[in-house]
Amino acid sequence: MEEILLNKPGKKIILLGNEAIVRGALEAGVNFVSTYPGTPASEIGDTFSKIAKKARVYFEYSTNEKVALEAGIGASFSGLKTLVAMKDFGLNVCLDALLPFLYTGTKGPTVIVVADDPSCHSSAQSEENTRGLALLAHIPTLEPSDPQECKDFVKLSFQISEKFKIPVMIRITTRVAHQKMPVILGKIQSSKSKSQKGKFVKEPKRFVTMPPRVLEMKKELLEKIEKIKEFSEKNKINSIFRGSASESLGIITSGISYLYVMEALKELNLDLPVLKLGFFYPLPEKKIKNFINPPTGGFKKVLVVEELDPYLEREIERLAKNINPKLQIFGKDLIPEVGELKPENVISAIAKFTNTKYQIPNTKYQIPIPKRFPQLCPGCPYWLVFSAVKKAVDTKKVIFGGDIGCYMLFGLPPLNIQDYLFCMGSSVGIAHGIKKVTGQKLITFIGDSTFFHAGIPALINTVFNKSNPLIIILDNQTTAMTGHQPHPGAPKDKNPIKIEDIVKACGVKNLKVIDPINQKEFTNTVKEFLNKKEVSVIVARRPCKFVR
Amino acid sequence: MKIFFEQFNILIVGTGGQGQITLLQILAEAALFEGKEIKTSELHGLSQRGGSVEVHLRFGKKIFSPLISQGKADLILGLEMQECLKACYFANSKTVFLINKYFVPIPLQKLLTEKEILKILKKFSKKVTLIAAANICQKELGTNIVAGIYLLSLASFKKLIPLKPASILKAIKKIIPEKYLELNLKTFNLASDKS
Repeated sequence: MEEILLNKPGKKIILLGNEAIVRGALEAGVNFVSTYPGTPASEIGDTFSKIAKKARVYFEYSTNEKVALEAGIGASFSGLKTLVAMKDFGLNVCLDALLPFLYTGTKGPTVIVVADDPSCHSSAQSEENTRGLALLAHIPTLEPSDPQECKDFVKLSFQISEKFKIPVMIRITTRVAHQKMPVILGKIQSSKSKSQKGKFVKEPKRFVTMPPRVLEMKKELLEKIEKIKEFSEKNKINSIFRGSASESLGIITSGISYLYVMEALKELNLDLPVLKLGFFYPLPEKKIKNFINPPTGGFKKVLVVEELDPYLEREIERLAKNINPKLQIFGKDLIPEVGELKPENVISAIAKFTNTKYQIPNTKYQIPIPKRFPQLCPGCPYWLVFSAVKKAVDTKKVIFGGDIGCYMLFGLPPLNIQDYLFCMGSSVGIAHGIKKVTGQKLITFIGDSTFFHAGIPALINTVFNKSNPLIIILDNQTTAMTGHQPHPGAPKDKNPIKIEDIVKACGVKNLKVIDPINQKEFTNTVKEFLNKKEVSVIVARRPCKFVR
Repeated sequence: MKIFFEQFNILIVGTGGQGQITLLQILAEAALFEGKEIKTSELHGLSQRGGSVEVHLRFGKKIFSPLISQGKADLILGLEMQECLKACYFANSKTVFLINKYFVPIPLQKLLTEKEILKILKKFSKKVTLIAAANICQKELGTNIVAGIYLLSLASFKKLIPLKPASILKAIKKIIPEKYLELNLKTFNLASDKS
């Protein structure tokens, strides 16, 4: 049996942050889980995929994150305990469904896990900070620092959701999601007491967000948030660590940054008070005010240690204004705003903040390190597509659209064919715009899973609004980049929705399905299709070598 | 208030697909058998596709950060020669480098030679040991895929890691799938013979 299902409360097992999230959901008695894979969140779905049957949990890889959330909303409205997981960009796709979900609130408790990727280790497009979306949506948001907290915070989130009838978000980052430590297990709810069967009870006043009701709903949401703020004030996940009462300096931090702060204080042999915030939204304002203005006398200086944008710093500036106007607030003047934090960034910031002498080791060396780019795997079918396209056209004259998947490596040496790259499905939408206003030849690449995720409306648009890019759908029969998850064109039960059937149904006339091992046919088709007056599609079908 | 912290930091560097995450799992389980606090950090996804992969493991007491700070590695396991250059920033004069004598080429780029690399590493620490792990495994076991396990086992036999070889063995048995276990046990024993 998988270790993650061990029902031995008190036992310690080593879990990845993402696995600890799964364990927390199991201990909370989750019934329904949906996701779309994306690093650094993928292992949440992958772990559920392995254990769902044994754990008697319903699990699905949905076609995209918005659909995953909508499925979760349906399950919640039918009374089930629900978890939806995704990476940061997935939440962008979801926003349209997320905002009204805060207005209606939940019926079955619902937790949404979102993983940011500071430093973009496995993310093209942008270095996102989901905290901004938490504020936009008014969704209560918790930020764990390590796997133990991942598990505990997920359980707490289900409790908050149950108590206040509101979805709760867990925001993690790469170094939390992909951090391992021994986690103390709790009790998994016995499978007998759980049921995947829900019941939808009609309550239009609750689930229909039409005016004028929608504005009442907004008022109700803001009232809930005020109550959750009170809850946050009393909750121990916002706590003060270390520090002697005589100090006039303090540090405020959260998430992964907290671990670096503790490490830095150890390294510098300092004993400053640290306020660790488990809640990002709503913030425990009274607790923060008491921290920066303790009964022993107000702090002189406070350092806010957070990754990326200064969301906490701005709030603390606002809170300090009335209560401790002389307080000097440090943050982004000492800590980088771009890229993830490293322990040494925090050590050096705290050293400066406290006027402690400290030199980061090894900064004087400049070592000539050859840059190693990620590569398509040896034996990857995309090499064949690349080679056929290169034979067919002058790559300097043709525009190449890239999309999200392994094939975005086309943009790196030695291949170097990628002229723009945005978000899931965008290669086709942008291609249409370029083709409408230029006479230039254009080829876009889009993967099979990405096509199902967000490519179809854009394809329909090229037919509806009449443009003629050549779209090469790279069908390797799996969601390869994120760890070989199934998708509608390559489901586990082998009843695929055929991509060519969809393309045909969208009204595309120039369509061929080719195994790129047939180089000559592929090359000739590229040449032929590039001269068509209407959109054309090649489905390049050859399975990823890991699923063959 | 001075508090005593006892901890050990291991950095494993190499290229994607050399099994860093498996080595990390084995070390973490072995440390758990010995009742240590543990934190690890790894990367998945795009960052793994044949690019550089560095993973961190810290164990002992009062471990907070999953990442090792610059200059704080106790042991650096290098699975590929070029990649050790990146690890230098984590080294200090007491750091032990245990390195697989193995090169993974980079398309269209000239690699540094063994001599050039050693010269740079020795600026940071004199304790640099080169082991022909890939060759030894290829010759004795018919595959170099277990070079990392060989290096890790060797490190435990040579007492370069404060974990008992018996704990490493127990962890290998727990982590490695049935199908590959025999090969990995042979590798462990080979390292025992050679140490």
